[in-house]
Amino acid sequence: MDLTFSESELAFRDEFRSWLQANEVPPAPEGEDEQYRHRRDWQRRLYDGGWAAVHWPREYGGRDATLVEAAIFYEEMARARAPFPANVLGLLLAGPTIMTWGTEEQKSRYLLPIMSAEEIWCQGFSEPEAGSDLAALKTRAVKDGDEWVVTGQKVWTSGAQYSKWCMLVARTDQDAPKHKGLTYFILDMEQPGVEVVPLRQITGESEFNELFISEARIPDANVLGGVGNGWKVALTTLMNERAGLAFGLQVALKVRLDELTETAAARGLLDDPVVADKLGDLHVKCEILRLTAYRGLTATMKYGQPGPEGSLTKLMWSSTNQQLMQTAVDVLGPEALLTDSPWSFDLLRSRGNTIEGGTTEILKNIVAERVLGLPRK
Amino acid sequence: MNFDFTEDQHTIKRTARELLAKRSSFERVRAAAEGGAYDETLWVELCELGWPGIAISEDFGGLGLGLVELVILAEELGYAVAGSPFLSNALGGLLIDQAGSDEQRARWLPGIADGTVRATVGVVKDGAAPVVPDAASAAVIVLLDAEGGARLVEPAAVTVEPVSSIDIGRRFARVTAAEDAGEPLAGDVAAGTDRAEAVLAAELVGVAQRAMELSVAYAKDRKQFDTPIGAYQAVSHLCAQMLFDTEGARSATYFAAWSADAAPEQLPVAAAMAKAAAADASRAVTASAIQVHGGIGFTWEADLHWLYKRAQVDASLLGGARAHRARVARLAAAGVPAA
Repeated sequence: MDLTFSESELAFRDEFRSWLQANEVPPAPEGEDEQYRHRRDWQRRLYDGGWAAVHWPREYGGRDATLVEAAIFYEEMARARAPFPANVLGLLLAGPTIMTWGTEEQKSRYLLPIMSAEEIWCQGFSEPEAGSDLAALKTRAVKDGDEWVVTGQKVWTSGAQYSKWCMLVARTDQDAPKHKGLTYFILDMEQPGVEVVPLRQITGESEFNELFISEARIPDANVLGGVGNGWKVALTTLMNERAGLAFGLQVALKVRLDELTETAAARGLLDDPVVADKLGDLHVKCEILRLTAYRGLTATMKYGQPGPEGSLTKLMWSSTNQQLMQTAVDVLGPEALLTDSPWSFDLLRSRGNTIEGGTTEILKNIVAERVLGLPRK
Repeated sequence: MNFDFTEDQHTIKRTARELLAKRSSFERVRAAAEGGAYDETLWVELCELGWPGIAISEDFGGLGLGLVELVILAEELGYAVAGSPFLSNALGGLLIDQAGSDEQRARWLPGIADGTVRATVGVVKDGAAPVVPDAASAAVIVLLDAEGGARLVEPAAVTVEPVSSIDIGRRFARVTAAEDAGEPLAGDVAAGTDRAEAVLAAELVGVAQRAMELSVAYAKDRKQFDTPIGAYQAVSHLCAQMLFDTEGARSATYFAAWSADAAPEQLPVAAAMAKAAAADASRAVTASAIQVHGGIGFTWEADLHWLYKRAQVDASLLGGARAHRARVARLAAAGVPAA
């Protein structure tokens, strides 16, 4: 057991820290389009500095970063309060999926523009009637010569309005069992058959969209991983979801918690034993999240796959983040609920944490079945 | 960065698990608890293996290993709900080792290490320490006061009255002492209590692990409405929550143990976090275990209550979760980094 960073990990951290110092993060602007451009410009700066895709292999322009180095990268980004790169779905999901399943042509066509933020990606998985039960999706793709004609509806598609490409899973065989008849496509968003409609959330913002697809066309060359193999390819995407992000989210949580603790202390509120108890509890949970994430990394490095810890960090992060925002409102009082307080937005946004990227209930099913070996209903 | 045990540490854990499965089965735990006395053969065997001295320097006859190794043993003893003076002796040893003078250490540690002269720890409130494990059989008692001080007393200098707690698998006593009884432990008392908390946390993690495993096994086996109850989400999600709580407490506990040996500046926060997390986790998991087992879980016969009771009493020794969370909040506000 050695919970310190090695010489080379420290060197990696120091190199990135000095780069972050030399490339100060500009303040985030108001407005969704402005924020998107802010994140795209930030990704371009990362790219110019060689920091856009540290976890990618060198042959695709990455740094071949180890899992620990990738964790350090996200921790440092969060500590510097840098935004997530605009193409976060491309970098974390599409890129690694293409590296695993793509042809040589696909790799050389798509990977570089993902890294440089030239081409933004979105994820077309969930549908109105296929959320947790993803394989129940109904969007159809029918072969027409050397093209596929796609019709259907997707939902929760973040960044669709800025995207050139969509990771689309569609049903190509109506007669096959539900997991077998799916195919994974690379859909060009810039065509008449694709309509993006913003989906207004409880925050008032439209981070997500609905996607109405009506006879959109996809060339055969844009099938990823083979016809009928879509479920397996989609699992690759889902396994990559949040693997690295967890470390950034964990530090972002800690940054906000420290802020709240500082404010509470300055107002003398820590003398209130209830407040001290709540803040103490959050600090314990926040630290447990960090430690469990690192335990998961060690298990992944040693055994080639995440141990039980891997499935737990999303559960821990989402519940702790919600608890933090609610506690902030309790501690700071009604002013935290004014729209110009950062806490009011985060309180509302945090409600999505236990739904997005696998609901708490689905994650508990996964833990119960795959980790504890309990029977399926 | 490597958050895993070394090969040697894995071997210690495996060996302890196998040994205790034989020597501290539920049958034996029950027999010892109902008989009101520890299984002397178990204690003799643990002493022959050198367990009581695992974290005590070789200069004093110990094995000279670290707190991580001691925590591994404590976790396995918790898993087996073993009845023995191991825990109280280990906690007393940590206090004397960290806070004792050279003379005090030389006088007491060799006996603590080989198990012939046993120590224990109690927390004094209003002139008495109401619940001190194994005080009636200890040769030396460390009494902690509310101001962070500690005194070393021998039984002859104090009043020791046996009391019985809900955890009848362990012996307890009330210790009443004059303020100037015995001699002070003048060194770093906090360094001792922090380590002691990590060891208590480890025992709690072991208790939680066992309760979870029993529950999962039962949920796979027990059928109602022709279906294993573990297929129902109301039950399976309780089990998932047990894993969540247990693994979280384990992360915090291992980190505290590691920091004691390798990064002591991080120990105060880490130890408070470990004890708070393990106390909450172990109480929640053992309570859920009774729920998952249904009516049978509420019986004396089902053995779950040994775990539930140990979790309750361990969680309250050396300060409960709330006291530790208050400490974490104070340290966080003072800018002491958690990591």
